[in-house]
Amino acid sequence: MILEAREVRRLYGAYVALDGVSLAVREGEFVSIIGPNGAGKSTLINVLTGVLAPSGGRVRFKDRDIGGIGTVALTRLGMARSFQLVQIFPELTVLETLQAAVVSRLGLGSRFFASLASHGRVQSEALEVAALFNLQEKAHTLTRELPQGDKKLLDVASAFALKPEIILLDEPTSGVSTADKHAVMEILVGAAKRMGLRAIIQVEHDMDIVFGYSDRIIALHQGKVLADATPAQLEADAQVMDMVVGRRRGAQATSPAPHPALSPEGRGNSAEPLPPSGSGNPSEPWPPEGERAG
Amino acid sequence: MRTTVVLALVAVAIVALPLVAPAYYVTLMLPFMAYGVVLLGLNLLFGYTGLVSFGHALFIGIGAYTAAMLTTRFGIRQMELILLAAALAAAVVAAPVGALCVRYVKIYFGMLTLAFGMVFYTFLLKFYKLTGGDEGMRMLRPHLLGQSWEGLSKTAYLVGPYYYFSLGALVLATLLMWRIVRSPFGLCLRTIRDNPLKAESLGVSVPRFRWYAFMISAVYAAVGGALLATPTGNVDPTLAYWTHSGNIVFMVLLGGFASFFGPLLGAFVFIFLQDAVMSVFPYWRLVFGAVLALLVIFAPSGLMGLFARRLPVEVSRA
Repeated sequence: MILEAREVRRLYGAYVALDGVSLAVREGEFVSIIGPNGAGKSTLINVLTGVLAPSGGRVRFKDRDIGGIGTVALTRLGMARSFQLVQIFPELTVLETLQAAVVSRLGLGSRFFASLASHGRVQSEALEVAALFNLQEKAHTLTRELPQGDKKLLDVASAFALKPEIILLDEPTSGVSTADKHAVMEILVGAAKRMGLRAIIQVEHDMDIVFGYSDRIIALHQGKVLADATPAQLEADAQVMDMVVGRRRGAQATSPAPHPALSPEGRGNSAEPLPPSGSGNPSEPWPPEGERAG
Repeated sequence: MRTTVVLALVAVAIVALPLVAPAYYVTLMLPFMAYGVVLLGLNLLFGYTGLVSFGHALFIGIGAYTAAMLTTRFGIRQMELILLAAALAAAVVAAPVGALCVRYVKIYFGMLTLAFGMVFYTFLLKFYKLTGGDEGMRMLRPHLLGQSWEGLSKTAYLVGPYYYFSLGALVLATLLMWRIVRSPFGLCLRTIRDNPLKAESLGVSVPRFRWYAFMISAVYAAVGGALLATPTGNVDPTLAYWTHSGNIVFMVLLGGFASFFGPLLGAFVFIFLQDAVMSVFPYWRLVFGAVLALLVIFAPSGLMGLFARRLPVEVSRA
């Protein structure tokens, strides 16, 4: 168990945004949180990322209580996030953005007089992440000049550059054209595998993405967990599908998932966990030898 | 390459200036160099961290009064020691003031720094026995590099040893700041300037880094203030008055806060333009007000922004 929420409540005055939400994210899982507007998804993300303290219940990450501990502290513990509305540094280049994440992770921020440009590890790790997200050719482009899709990728890439154990993606494909959505997800899932992430949580509205990539789907409705099941189980539940998806998934639902998620043998297989972060999988070093040489 | 050539030419001109220019213009370079140090620090906060302080004259005042007090009350005349003490005094004051101010951003940060500046101004004005009230205090001639330079007249001292000492201090301050803005720390400051929410999500502790930047800029302002005290000869509370804070923000805007050397250009143009305008027209603030308005409307990136845009065109024509 990496991340666990137990009976989490969150009130805004008299309004109950989260009403006893319990969930658990296990090693190697790709979990999607879905639900209509007002279901409590944003509040749940803010509670899971330590921004908001729960009004009741507990949130634990790696066996530590993380309720309201704040973004910076949680980042240090190994959780990263990206945002629904793309967040970039307009006047920084792509490479500088990734360097900032590496600098932060290595704890180099208080080096007042060190030269950033000649710090080999910061340079090489930032370039490696740029390559994983197909941004290497734009490394020296100012972020504000990037097309929207690349901005979104960079937002996610910079969170990956923190080499987190778990990442929380808030609508990773929002603002990305329909044609590019799967490409973005492929890059993202590929990068997660290569970097040895232990789990991914995403909040997503696009049901093709949700059903295509998730090992498990958690459906929220009016601040409560309505369903916590595999995509196949969820599709079989007509009532829940109507409430949270708003429609029955048609032909796509019956076809097999087009993309395997985090687990190598396909979705729903959490028996074979990903290698733990940092140590890497000996059979699949990161970065691969071939790439390093090239 | 172009920058290196321009810098080398400027360096040669500044070093050679006392040998060729009239003493009057050479002495005008002294406040330029003192303000240069102040503005390098102010721009770490403004251009690199995105915080506009309207109270930085507070730290110029601390530097200048530390220098004057050490020479007149304590008989300490070594300029190196004076600069060190000014930096320490500023750090001691900036630590709590900065810790409070950096919790706020934009206009609230500006107003809070302004408020602290005015508190200090009133302190200087009212604590007559300690500060000399509105008359201020004399700044005695400091010793430089262990020498008293007693044999020199005041002008000879200022355009000779003191000129080169100030230049040395400015060069050192510039080199240090050049390292700072190109360090991992400098990168973290720029992430905070561009997007504090995103910076925090990358693990950058926004208040802590803003506080570091505030401390460094306060130390720079105090060192500049101490350097300014000698050519001024007498330090008084107007050094810490809010219009003085406004002037240095104006200098940064004039030169261009987006460029490393912009503020230095701003200080240079401000001082020489002020002198030129005052010699023909007593209402220099009227002219400067018009300049500021034109600047904001037509050249928000300052003089450096104009050069940067013009130069490639000229090069392509050549």
